[in-house]
Amino acid sequence: MSNIKPRVRIPKSAKKGEVVEIKTLIEHKMETGQRKDKQGNKIPRKIVNRFECKFNGKLVLASDWHPAVSANPYLAFHFRAEDSGEFEFRWVEDGGAEFTKKAKLTVS
Amino acid sequence: MTETQLTLSRRQALKGASAFALTLMAAGLLAPGAHADAAAVDEAIKKLVKGTPTEGKIKLDLPQIAENGNTVPVAFEVDSPMSEGDYVKSVHLFAEGNPTPSVASFHFTPQSGLARASTRMRMAGTQNVVVVAEMSNGKVYMAKQQVKVTIGGCGG
Repeated sequence: MSNIKPRVRIPKSAKKGEVVEIKTLIEHKMETGQRKDKQGNKIPRKIVNRFECKFNGKLVLASDWHPAVSANPYLAFHFRAEDSGEFEFRWVEDGGAEFTKKAKLTVS
Repeated sequence: MTETQLTLSRRQALKGASAFALTLMAAGLLAPGAHADAAAVDEAIKKLVKGTPTEGKIKLDLPQIAENGNTVPVAFEVDSPMSEGDYVKSVHLFAEGNPTPSVASFHFTPQSGLARASTRMRMAGTQNVVVVAEMSNGKVYMAKQQVKVTIGGCGG
């Protein structure tokens, strides 16, 4: 599990009303369930199937992922900055394990 | 190289090579057709989205040729003011030639500011990518583009 690492890149500050870009990436193999090991047995599916971004507790963007999302899933999206606060990013893996990351944004 | 291989005549070697190639081709042709197609994508769209999609509003940013099917960059932008009364609710991404048609769904809010997202997807081979957008007023739009894939990315 230790090799699963979420990363987020956001600007530290923004002007009120400005739309900023948020880049996220989680290091994850995204095992599709289609591959076979050397003995010919199917390797079971293990992917990150859900991503959520909240700001001050309010949902900004959610995304459902299927096995066709590449390994180390990358997602860039936008956010309209109105007030200062904190982002909470959450990734959910098959089986329910969660990975989270927080980041602060100052709006002037 | 072993002794026997060294003593093969040129004719024998060519025969062997072409037989091998034929076997490969047959294996490819007889492989089970476990891939989605346009009909499977239509089916998947019907399951997720109410209403019939019309063309327009969506701008796709996809490569025409992707060398590596393991990570193909995909981006889209839906034309919308993203206000409380008029915004893009969800965008669904499908692939016509992958083992399963669904790739990802994105659920936006007015806070998103811009209905744009970029990610990376796996593609088993050359195929169409379909993007469907659901607006807050119930309208549905779609866009489609072919991507040529040099090396498929389904890790067989």
